[in-house]
Amino acid sequence: MDQKLYQRRHLKNKLFHLLLAGCILFSITALTLLLYDIFSKGLGWLDWQFLTSMPSRSPEKAGILSALVGSIWVIGLTSLFSLILGVGTAVYLEEYTDPKKWINRIIQLNISNLAGVPAIVYGLLGLAFFVRFLGFDKSILSGALTLTLLILPVITVAAQEAIRSVPRSLREASYSLGTTKLQTITGVVLPYAMPGILTGSILAISRAMGEAAPLIMVGAAGYIAFLPKGPMDWFTVLPVQIFNWTSRPQEEFQYIAAAGIIVLMAVLLSANAVAILLRNKYQNRMD
Amino acid sequence: MSSKKYEIQKLHRAEFIVEKGLMLFAAVSVLTTAIIVFILFEETIVFFGEVPLWDFFTGTQWTPTLQPRSFGIIPLVVGTLMIALGSSIIALPLGLGSAIYLSEYAHKKVRKVVKPILEVLAGIPSIVYGFFALTFITPILQMILPQTQVFNALSASIAVGIMTLPMVASMSEDAMMAVPDSIRQGAYALGSTRFEVAVKVTIPAAMSSIGAAFVLAISRAIGETMIVAIAAGQSPVLTLNPLNSIQTMTGFMVNISMGDIQQGTIEFKTLFAVGTVLFFMTLIMNLIARAIIKKNREVY
Repeated sequence: MDQKLYQRRHLKNKLFHLLLAGCILFSITALTLLLYDIFSKGLGWLDWQFLTSMPSRSPEKAGILSALVGSIWVIGLTSLFSLILGVGTAVYLEEYTDPKKWINRIIQLNISNLAGVPAIVYGLLGLAFFVRFLGFDKSILSGALTLTLLILPVITVAAQEAIRSVPRSLREASYSLGTTKLQTITGVVLPYAMPGILTGSILAISRAMGEAAPLIMVGAAGYIAFLPKGPMDWFTVLPVQIFNWTSRPQEEFQYIAAAGIIVLMAVLLSANAVAILLRNKYQNRMD
Repeated sequence: MSSKKYEIQKLHRAEFIVEKGLMLFAAVSVLTTAIIVFILFEETIVFFGEVPLWDFFTGTQWTPTLQPRSFGIIPLVVGTLMIALGSSIIALPLGLGSAIYLSEYAHKKVRKVVKPILEVLAGIPSIVYGFFALTFITPILQMILPQTQVFNALSASIAVGIMTLPMVASMSEDAMMAVPDSIRQGAYALGSTRFEVAVKVTIPAAMSSIGAAFVLAISRAIGETMIVAIAAGQSPVLTLNPLNSIQTMTGFMVNISMGDIQQGTIEFKTLFAVGTVLFFMTLIMNLIARAIIKKNREVY
């Protein structure tokens, strides 16, 4: 009798194990099918002509150049703004204020609430504030500022954690040499925290690179047949261009969209690779 | 000597300027919240000057761009909730299952392979999932159920589910990993199987964080935009059939932004009114998630 109960319990355990393995298998299958879907459709259309041409009404001539250049512009500015603002905020919260003080608590609460606001609502903010109120129009600058606000909470939290992990002893050693607070922050705290800051930031910036919804709100167009020359020019980005192609009825545009997705994923991968290289460089310097 | 003193004064002045400057940086986050709330309210209040509140929240006809105009948001809300429910059916059980597997069953080597796969899935842009839904999931659904429309809620729900699954898995796994091993060892010492430890010990101990992960995943599905804009359709018709074309709140917002809308028009105001409803729906979900964590925090 007991033997039977024992066997039943262990059978249950085995069945549960199988069920859980099935859950994992689902994700692996989904990823495989997704990659298969994209590469089988897009690889044939991905060539030099595609990378160096402007969008076109005929699928054979259509290219992704203006979207690629637009993405590089937008992400370049977004990275610049969000790193300065995010790291600055983190330094202020961690180094200059008492965590129990009201100002710190309010900002902290704010940051965690902002992290939960849907991306498209940031798009509304960009449309009403940057595009209309400040008069930046549908420019690269409007898009970059909108994405900056979107990823700022993530970068700030990552930078805070990195700064918090800097050992106290390092700061005190620096002060004992007679440095000011600012010298200690720029000379000791930030270099030590840099690998952590970069790791968190690159994830956030990758997310910004894949965002389409807020930029559609801000006015990134699906059809831009020129290359932007400055931050006040109109623009499109890879995800918006892909969206534009995906929503067209002709089947050929689906293949072009797939080719565009391959380019987008390649850019995302290389951004991650650069981040890992940067991180390793700083890490080596600290060791 | 006096030039040294001057230099020290200069250093201190720099300190002061930097501190005040950083304070301005920190103020940006508070300012962002203020501006979001302000712009949403500004346009929404004007909107309700033209459209009665009651009609907006109880109407079942949504034709803001066609004559006769009608502003009943219920079809959009129902469409949004259908996507949230459909994606939850996939993301919550499979995400939790993956988390249990990773924290209770998986060998270290297996974890090393599976974790990056989930991270890759979490890092794929939503536009890519939208493409996948339209060009892969929908054709398969049409093969199985021929009455499936080209744009349908089910296909988008599945894609949103796949996208939110890694988030549920990683948050639940973190929660289960935080349960002290001594509690598990105690259960094993009593002769429990892994199944019994997981279901009767680990999950109950991590329940509050798992609950919060679930609520956040639903909130994310409500705000998800590109997948539904591509795959769910643009027909704001009140239906509960997941094989039909629908429209969500976010889908409507993208759709109306594709045209060049002028400030001051009713379309422009409608955009912000829908955005306000979306903002409050996700805000409430996020507050619930935080309350769950705060109330049930287990201290070991």
